Amino acid sequence: MYTGKIRQILLITDGCSNQGDDPIAMAALAKEQGITVNVIGVTEKDIIDEKGMTEIEGIAMSGGGVSQIVYAEALSQTVQMVTRKAMNQTIQGVVNSQLQQILGRSQSMEDLPPDKRGEVMEVVDELGETVELEVLILVDTSASMKHKLPTVKEALLDLSLSLNARSGENQFSVYVFPGKKNDVEKLLDWTPKLQSLTSIFSQLSTGGITPTGPALRTALSSFSQKKSIRSLLSRDDESYFEESI
Amino acid sequence: MMNHTLKNQYNLRPGTIITGKWHGNNYTIVKELGYGANGVVYLAKHKNTQVALKMSDNGMSITSEVNVLKSFAKVQGPQTLGPSLLDVDDWRILQGGPAISFYVMEYIQGPDLLSFLHKKGKSWAIVLFLQLLSDLEVLHENGWVFGDLKPENLIVTGPPPRIRCIDVGGTTMQGRAIKEFTEFYDRGYWGLGSRKAEPSYDLFSAAMIMINSAYPNRFKKTTGGISQIREAIRQKPELLKFEKALVKALQGHYSHAKQMRVDLLNVMVDKPILDPSLPPKRTDSGTTVNSQKKVPQAGRQMTRQTYRKKKKKSGWTEFFIIAMVLGILYALYTFNKLL
Repeated sequence: MYTGKIRQILLITDGCSNQGDDPIAMAALAKEQGITVNVIGVTEKDIIDEKGMTEIEGIAMSGGGVSQIVYAEALSQTVQMVTRKAMNQTIQGVVNSQLQQILGRSQSMEDLPPDKRGEVMEVVDELGETVELEVLILVDTSASMKHKLPTVKEALLDLSLSLNARSGENQFSVYVFPGKKNDVEKLLDWTPKLQSLTSIFSQLSTGGITPTGPALRTALSSFSQKKSIRSLLSRDDESYFEESI
Repeated sequence: MMNHTLKNQYNLRPGTIITGKWHGNNYTIVKELGYGANGVVYLAKHKNTQVALKMSDNGMSITSEVNVLKSFAKVQGPQTLGPSLLDVDDWRILQGGPAISFYVMEYIQGPDLLSFLHKKGKSWAIVLFLQLLSDLEVLHENGWVFGDLKPENLIVTGPPPRIRCIDVGGTTMQGRAIKEFTEFYDRGYWGLGSRKAEPSYDLFSAAMIMINSAYPNRFKKTTGGISQIREAIRQKPELLKFEKALVKALQGHYSHAKQMRVDLLNVMVDKPILDPSLPPKRTDSGTTVNSQKKVPQAGRQMTRQTYRKKKKKSGWTEFFIIAMVLGILYALYTFNKLL
């Protein structure tokens, strides 16, 4: 059976970074390490300015992930949808490169006739259900986010509800930026359940700068030195995929 | 809501001809029927028959839905679960360009559930729900859970009116995590259960659809949990009579659609007996079984009467309030005249 792990950073923000490293470069760095970066821009009545939009899209693009701008009310649905979509993309990427190894360079899932594709899809679905998932959630707590934080908390609890319905294991960790002393502060260490967030979130203080770049860099180091899903590609050509092709 | 992504990127004009890359069938686009998170559905013509054609830039979701529809096709009996699948193929807009996945299915014509009930009256509601529950029973028996069950995904065809599920985008194998859902119909959102695909997940949604039919504008979550929804049920007489069954479904006490169906049917069948204006003919001809049944029925009749009394009481208070308001208005009026 497939034993890979999917690693994601989920960045929830409402605007542009204004201090430290370029977040887009940090997202690219994450991608190099096999970690996908997804970004959700939360707006309310205030609209995210163009600069912020460009940055949000840029981070997700160079982080190999998904970005979405939403109103605070739709956050719950979006958080779980974005996470799932990015997870499926990663799995599809893995399956595609497996296919290429078997069928030759130019072949990908789209080149298979519809019937065969259906069989491959069953494998993808199965993986989505069973694969181990690590999500590091990075929450912007700059002043403008203050009144959106209760919604963010709801959305995160909802995310753990969705993901814990899978049979695969999940690990979550939550960081906020800016922190009390540093640019970024760990709120919750790796845990399979997010329920403990409820009490911590209400004590959060907000304010100050938006050091998105440095926050991403810290997040990266939080993923331990375990092997990423990409390195697994070269490691095991398991017979698992072959039966469906 | 889930459906807030990409509005139709292709925007195919009526008359566009779509040719499949693998099977070579031609489809002429007639009009757009709708779009959702997973693509656009068009009404199309193929050899003078009307078909529905779903297209998406996300080939994965198309393939996944096709898998579900194919497995439905294997189910014995009248095909009412989803639309029947006719063709699966890819289409190249430009020669050598990227291919877009699409599939073609039977065109199910009719209004969606809520529009139908609005037009034909609420007495149809229970009939359609019973039909829905029979369909769900078959679906569950075959190892699936519909997932994203909501009025928009239910079409009433006919005559005679028959409910049909469209959009199998959320249909999930039992035991897995629900693929797609809509908050109002999702038990996780209300804090009443997990998002694991099991029959009780669909039955929760079915109960919420019944509630939705009495509250066309839905309602927002305040406290959440069973207490808020139960309160909503009690405020509508058309829901109140089904309260027991609805609450049971909401709390996940039904593991089979059949059980919920039987309970709902019993409410409908009991009704003429409970009506005090009719002589209790049925119980007269009754056997011992019937006389055994009498006891709880009498109990229910009592609660009905107390309910009536309450209604009467509230009628009197209403009268007093109106009288008082009128009195005050009249006093103000005379006062003004005096000045």
